[in-house]
Amino acid sequence: MDSLIKKICAGDVRLASRLIRDIEDKIPEAKAKIKKLYAHTGKSFIIGITGAPGAGKSTLTDALITQLRKKNKTVGVLAVDPTSPFTGGAILGDRIRMQKHAEDEGVFVRSLATRGALGGLSQAAGDAIHVMEAMGKDVIIVETVGIGQQELDIINHAHSVVVVLVPGMGDEIQTMKAGLMEIADVFVVNKANRPGANQLQTEIASMLKLASKNGANWQTPIVMVGDAFEPAAFTEKAAELAQKIEEHHQYLIESGKLTERMHRKALAEINDALSFCLLEPIIEELTSTGKLKHFAEKIKNRKADPYSVAEEIAKNYFIRQDKK
Amino acid sequence: MPERKIRVMVAKPGLDGHDRGARVLARCFRDAGFEVVYTGCHQTPEQIAAAAIQEDVDLVGLSCLSGAHRALFPKVVELLRGKGADDITVIGGGIIPEQDFQLLYDAGIKAIFTPGASLDSIVEWIKTNIKAR
Repeated sequence: MDSLIKKICAGDVRLASRLIRDIEDKIPEAKAKIKKLYAHTGKSFIIGITGAPGAGKSTLTDALITQLRKKNKTVGVLAVDPTSPFTGGAILGDRIRMQKHAEDEGVFVRSLATRGALGGLSQAAGDAIHVMEAMGKDVIIVETVGIGQQELDIINHAHSVVVVLVPGMGDEIQTMKAGLMEIADVFVVNKANRPGANQLQTEIASMLKLASKNGANWQTPIVMVGDAFEPAAFTEKAAELAQKIEEHHQYLIESGKLTERMHRKALAEINDALSFCLLEPIIEELTSTGKLKHFAEKIKNRKADPYSVAEEIAKNYFIRQDKK
Repeated sequence: MPERKIRVMVAKPGLDGHDRGARVLARCFRDAGFEVVYTGCHQTPEQIAAAAIQEDVDLVGLSCLSGAHRALFPKVVELLRGKGADDITVIGGGIIPEQDFQLLYDAGIKAIFTPGASLDSIVEWIKTNIKAR
């Protein structure tokens, strides 16, 4: 295993992608590998890109890769697309926008399917980030699935979050709402050549004026990005976006907020690991022994309540763990 | 042991921009329960091979309607082999004359599907021949 860890740390794409696959498929050995890898993680700057389907997240990600490569930064990209709730299949199409970087060895793009996760990422995303960190990527861009108002898992994984909006999605009440509108470190109004872009910019700006700063000294910028088919102007805006993200990164470091965010990330990682190590094996065992069905029957017929059932399950589990 | 998900890539090498067929297949593979990386048109064999490795797919399905399959399909196989990724199966489809089949099989293309092949037959071939690794 040590040679595998060494190779991944040296940047081996095949082994890294395979390990990400093992994590996605929940192969038991993958957990042991991540344990070994973990000491080599935590040094990359992680950017989250989120927004509605078709808002332009992948195109902006592609443009950001170009900007980062100009500065000789190595880049990892995790691009998430939705899994069908009916067939389990998925179309992973974010890569189409980024294929011009396919042959650049400083860029590693890996697509992930949500596989039922509802927070805008996949369950494997956290560990997939760890793999890319261990590979030594300077910057990791995590592009969420197209989201609505409240699939916000990205804030537990990224250091800087870019929220991509497009004009024409509703009136100013939308900018007052909790959730998505609160998590941006940088806003992008994309497709700003379309009608309504300036109004959207004004609405975001007035929303930001009222926003609670919570001790933060960061002015959330709004980057207006026009038509991607006007390459010169688009590239200029992409450079501005990259610059704003970098400024936010510097701000996080200088203000000490980076440590706060890393603490939040660590809490989320404990939460995820607990679910993986405790909850999932329990559910799996109850399913395979048929007990889950039995408990469901009892609850359905009002012979038991869900809390008592959960307490009984937990008690039995811990008694057995003690005996081991 | 948890179940492995089959990952496939659908790619169009060369200058051919007719991607209706490739899109129909990508959609059909999705409905068969596969995870499908779709890379779009105008791809070089180098881009396709690099993407297949980054995505750790089990199978690459190449679609070509322009007649360049004799050069482009074998090149993808060769590049994958060169990167030690010969365990990734490559199949092809499109407007491919029967007299070219042998050349492609010899080059390592494992199956060829031409107009008239049913979607079910292609999915069936993948389910039979591809074991997610």
